[in-house]
Amino acid sequence: MEGIEIRGLTKRYKDVTAVDNLNLTVPEGACLALLGVNGAGKTTAIRMLSCLTRPTSGDAYLLGHSIVGDPRGVKSVLAVSPQETAVAPNLTVSENLKLIARICGSSRQEAARQTEETIASFGLEPVRGKRAGKLSGGWQRRLSIAMALIQRPKILFLDEPTLGLDVLARRELWTVIRALRGSVTILLTTHYLEEAVALCDSIAILNHGRLKALGTEEELLARTGAHDFETAFTMLAAEEETA
Amino acid sequence: MRVWIFGQRTAKEILRDPLSLGFGLGFPIILLLLMTMIQRNIPVSLFELAQLTPGITTFGLSFLCLFSATLVAKDRSGSLIARLRATPMTGSDFFLGYLLPLLPIAIGQMAISYAVALLLGLAWTPRILAAIAVQLPMAVCFLSLGLLCGCLLTERQATSICGALLTNLSAWLSGAWFDLKLVGGAFERVAFLLPFANATEAGRMVLSGETTGLAKPLLIICLYGLAAFLAAALAARRLEHLP
Repeated sequence: MEGIEIRGLTKRYKDVTAVDNLNLTVPEGACLALLGVNGAGKTTAIRMLSCLTRPTSGDAYLLGHSIVGDPRGVKSVLAVSPQETAVAPNLTVSENLKLIARICGSSRQEAARQTEETIASFGLEPVRGKRAGKLSGGWQRRLSIAMALIQRPKILFLDEPTLGLDVLARRELWTVIRALRGSVTILLTTHYLEEAVALCDSIAILNHGRLKALGTEEELLARTGAHDFETAFTMLAAEEETA
Repeated sequence: MRVWIFGQRTAKEILRDPLSLGFGLGFPIILLLLMTMIQRNIPVSLFELAQLTPGITTFGLSFLCLFSATLVAKDRSGSLIARLRATPMTGSDFFLGYLLPLLPIAIGQMAISYAVALLLGLAWTPRILAAIAVQLPMAVCFLSLGLLCGCLLTERQATSICGALLTNLSAWLSGAWFDLKLVGGAFERVAFLLPFANATEAGRMVLSGETTGLAKPLLIICLYGLAAFLAAALAARRLEHLP
């Protein structure tokens, strides 16, 4: 079974087509980067796949669960780290983590254990007792991602996960994401091209809601004839407008 | 179970917000103290505690309406709801998880108002407990209206409607600090068609032990409470389902 199978996924808002007939497959346990300039349709695609926005047409299957016909099945295998920080401001770091673990079905003891493990792996020990709303933006971001991972999901959507993180925190998160590869199917959007190359098995480039290219770094370099990935990305992302 | 877990979060968000505590508990107490001081300095019986306290409890509940509306609208405007929507949380989990923890807070608010009234000279009677119980449908009504506004409106709109409009309606039409019969006419008729004055009247009747005409105001506040509860439950489906 594929981890993620997207078939003709389309989202229209009045006269704007945010995502246009997207077809894509991500093998189970693989990591796919979804790249594109602002407004390319990355976040809309993630929102549809997370059952947060209903597609205008098309469907997608997450480990066989349809986002249109079986959203509860989708939610049972999925965790999302939204682009914006998503924490409960008046709960402490530890309480935020426990909240998500418990809502996703962990017992009190399991949730306590998962919380301790997550605090350790994300380096949240210094702020564990502090209220999330009082943390700096970087710490809040780190907590927000930790809340997605504490669910032990089979599929993980990371929407710009390292936005606002310093270099050290970004590298720590890379280590965590690398450790998940093989066991968790990951869909990651980012504006940092080196992040996509470093973490993902393959890269999809969106432009005006359409899939412009899909392949490994080497395949995309070969296709464009570019010597570096940034040039390749620029060529592919701008292709449609010059066509 | 998810209702209980999410409900704990709701309670913490409200109780750890100093503004909520200050207004929710402090303001009714200040009003009680102020009115009692005025009563001690005027020759006529205007703000007797047995008449004043049930009105203050009705008015105090309108603040909880504001807090529930603000909390839900704020959650909706941030990414936390997006994260929770991608978990197995259902619309009824959201609805009850917001509503149920606020009920004990409402009871606590009324109990504190009566405790202060006792300190100020209100004679103790077990009927105080019954007076709190008889106003519970009004608490459900206010909290449900708050959830309804929070589910449908933006944070600013919810604050305006619940903060300015509803607290004012409650202040003027509950008969908390003046006898509506003194105004009479259309004002009195309208006031008794709405739940605020009926809640105050029911509280006063029970507190005085004169419960002959209790059925009518009790029925009116129960009907308003039920209507608001059902409307809020329907609106809360938006928290789970897609726009």
